[in-house]
Amino acid sequence: MKVLVPVKRVIDYNVKVRVKADGSGVDLANVKMSMNPFDEIAVEEAIRLREAGTASEVVVVSIGVKQAQETLRTGLAMGADRAILIVAAEDVHQDIEPLAVAKLLTAVIAEEEPGLVICGKQAIDNDMNATGQMLAALLGWPQATFASKLELGDGRATVTREVDGGLQTIAVKLPAIVTADLRLNEPRYASLPNIMKAKKKPLVEKTPADYGVDVTPRLEIVKTAEPEGRKAGVMVASVDELVAKLKDEAGVL
Amino acid sequence: MAVLLLGEVTDGKLNLDATSKAVAGAQTLGEVTVLCAGASAADAAGEAAKIEGVAKVLCAEDASLGHRLAEATAALIVSLAGDYSHVVAPATTDAKNILPRVAALLDVMVISDVSGVVDADTFERPVYAGNAIQTVKSADPVKVLTLRTASFEAAATGNDAAPVETVAVPEAPGLSEWVEDHVAASDRPELTSAKRVVSGGRGVGSDENFALIEKLADKLGAAVGASRAAVDSGYAPNDWQVGQTGKVVAPELYIAVGISGAIQHLAGMKDSKIIVAINKDEEAPIFQIADYGLAADLFTAVPELTEKL
Repeated sequence: MKVLVPVKRVIDYNVKVRVKADGSGVDLANVKMSMNPFDEIAVEEAIRLREAGTASEVVVVSIGVKQAQETLRTGLAMGADRAILIVAAEDVHQDIEPLAVAKLLTAVIAEEEPGLVICGKQAIDNDMNATGQMLAALLGWPQATFASKLELGDGRATVTREVDGGLQTIAVKLPAIVTADLRLNEPRYASLPNIMKAKKKPLVEKTPADYGVDVTPRLEIVKTAEPEGRKAGVMVASVDELVAKLKDEAGVL
Repeated sequence: MAVLLLGEVTDGKLNLDATSKAVAGAQTLGEVTVLCAGASAADAAGEAAKIEGVAKVLCAEDASLGHRLAEATAALIVSLAGDYSHVVAPATTDAKNILPRVAALLDVMVISDVSGVVDADTFERPVYAGNAIQTVKSADPVKVLTLRTASFEAAATGNDAAPVETVAVPEAPGLSEWVEDHVAASDRPELTSAKRVVSGGRGVGSDENFALIEKLADKLGAAVGASRAAVDSGYAPNDWQVGQTGKVVAPELYIAVGISGAIQHLAGMKDSKIIVAINKDEEAPIFQIADYGLAADLFTAVPELTEKL
């Protein structure tokens, strides 16, 4: 069974986000970019399936700017077999919306015919938490989102999901879309020999036009602003002072 | 303009807090119809009908809707969506699972985690873990959005009940089935609707030590939360996680214990009314947003605080 993993190039999660003064967006020029952390977990899960003999091939796909090939090389260095890059934007500040991404992935899936797709549950830039669900809808496939455990067997996947009250386990028919939550696994670091090997693995480049998909955004970004700041309050010297402040000043006790 | 709002129904019961906050958030978008769906949903529908600002309630009962599986619930919403300009829901894990599927079936973009409604087409939402607030304007014929409950005051519940109608349920797609739930039984208030929250971080040091956090929470009648670092270290279960990748809370009192204040945690709690931080590191970033900071060893300060409350 082939496993397909969509990955996104995003601002590195350790980088301090700076909103541009003119309100046009977040400054991404000369900022360290990395694979979306949830997508790393998805890649790791797919590689483990191949190592266990359940999956035969792992294909990573990225949609975005040309530089996303670095993100794909990271996936290949982790152990994915080959990569597909769909160059859909020229400017690093242009985000391709989940609906357009899902349409492109639908076309890729029609060609590749994977038995399973594992996505990250959300990208840490637009925080939409939507691509996996939208892809499942367009394909008419079942979806198992926010996965913390995945077991495959007999034409179905049993998935434990992180939900508000605790955990929910569901079974979905394959092919299916699974989206990875934090506790699914701990992704490996790519070793130097594997990083070298990854440079030789196949990476094909496509465009949205190759798939006949229109990636025009549906949402116009009117402005991007700094959130309202919270001012630092006061330091108290003791528990007694804290209790007194909470009672008399804040009135919350 | 008319709004179809997916009520938060779990095992036949309405989550009144989440649903009435979403009703309040959707009020300016048009007349609100609440959809209550489940294996049994009549009681929930009756309760939703009493939320002020609700014009009508639709009740959909079918075994296939029993565990909020996305495929069946999305198919139901799509079958009803033609009459509405907006399809909305509180931004719970259930709705975040279902609504993007609905949006794609309607060929529109979903707008997740809306924190402010500017007008019928324009919405504010946090991006980059709350480090930026984006204002987006939708050109789609139907707007599908989830509303961040921490951003809206709950609509009141009155005595006048809106009419409840039963709706037909489309045939279930049969793609998925429920196996089991592991819901932690607790007498504590639910994290996202609690008036008080006590959270522990990596500084707590072990899952045994988390008992200190729980004792303080129980003394205050508070819910217990945790930072992602504490969850990753195995000190606390994931459904306690507060932050970008966990739950977003805005209680009247938030006490952060042994939490340094990573951006990802702040994203989940910085709208709290009063924030208290207890941390032995005076330089911890949490103190920059706390109303009251106590630089002290949590292992002495927390028991003392529990004692003196």
